[in-house]
Amino acid sequence: MVLVPAARAERLATRRRASDDSLWALLDAVKDPEIPALSLWELGVLQDVYHEGSCVTVVITPTYSGCPALHAMEQAVREHLTVAGHPNVRVVTRLAPPWTTDWLSTSARRLLYEYGIAPPTADVIGCPQCGSTHTARISEFGSTACKALYRCGDCGEPFDYFKPL
Amino acid sequence: MPSNDLFTYSIALADDALILGQRLTEWVSNAPTLEEELALANVALDHIGRARMFYGHAGQLVDDGRSEDDLAFGRDCREFTNLLINELPRGDFAFTMVRQFFVDAFNVPFLTALIQSSEPTLAAIGAKAVKESTYHLRRSRDWMLRLGDGSAESHSRTQRAIDELWGYTPELFEAFAAEDRLAEAGLAPDRGALKSQWRNTVDATFAEATLRCPTAAWSVRGGRGGVHTEHLGHLLAQMQYLQRTYPGQQW
Repeated sequence: MVLVPAARAERLATRRRASDDSLWALLDAVKDPEIPALSLWELGVLQDVYHEGSCVTVVITPTYSGCPALHAMEQAVREHLTVAGHPNVRVVTRLAPPWTTDWLSTSARRLLYEYGIAPPTADVIGCPQCGSTHTARISEFGSTACKALYRCGDCGEPFDYFKPL
Repeated sequence: MPSNDLFTYSIALADDALILGQRLTEWVSNAPTLEEELALANVALDHIGRARMFYGHAGQLVDDGRSEDDLAFGRDCREFTNLLINELPRGDFAFTMVRQFFVDAFNVPFLTALIQSSEPTLAAIGAKAVKESTYHLRRSRDWMLRLGDGSAESHSRTQRAIDELWGYTPELFEAFAAEDRLAEAGLAPDRGALKSQWRNTVDATFAEATLRCPTAAWSVRGGRGGVHTEHLGHLLAQMQYLQRTYPGQQW
């Protein structure tokens, strides 16, 4: 039996406590612009959403300090809520607790893998193309701040690895 | 709450991160390999993101309507208070990586200590940034080993960079008056106390990399007082061009 890490359990509890589940369901449709396999919730960027008078407040946290996608995410959140009849949106960026890949659920990790990105692991890194564990790092950094670049020794394909943080 | 001191302090930390980030971006389209280009750009992005968090915090403290952009692009050379090591021209790849290693080896213990700040935003920035700097240090340390213990050419260039940069490292450990008061009040780390930890990282890495620490005693300082090398003005002229020409321009 593998227990859910405390940090992830806490996020799940926030969502379960929510008074209005429809807002959460709406935002489940907002995907990460750079990794469209994951929603902002699954990525761990979306922290909270709630009504505050006539306004909807959305709390997000950046993955990496300089992540250029954060602005696009904020725009996407505004658009989705506006189209769904909530034009009055306040997006708050929260820094603490700092984003961690511990927030990625098992299903989020599977979605990454199916999308062709090796999910973060403390174990050996498997090739998302052929499943081989015969892999080697090409670069500590990849196409976005959250990824590193690897290559498979068996199928020869390069692939992105989602760095544990 | 000494908010003037907190403002000055946040600006200094923001300037450190912004100026180093800007220097790193100069490698984009010039890096030795594609992978290094991605790496340097990503490290730059982490520093610029960090600068934005510190400027944002400073902006909230004074609430005089100045935005992050105003603070980054609307101040002149003498108003910048970054440490000199961050503004030196990027040099060759060895110079860039030695500088990065010196700064990363400082940032890891510094940001770790910043998490203990009783000012919640500074503590939160510390907690976020230390994860990134730990990753940066792993890479810059690895480059010290590869370059130092690599070819005769890479070794001599790396040693030359160390000799050139050494005199800029004492300033990393010198607090300015506002910082001393904040440290006294538990709001900021005592940066002077981090020197032995930094030196241990450097000594252990250089021993393994067959590099040596210089014995020369020269050192320069002045960044915190706005007294800079001749290089900062050129950097700002390029970095601030757009906002100076079209004030208030937005993406």
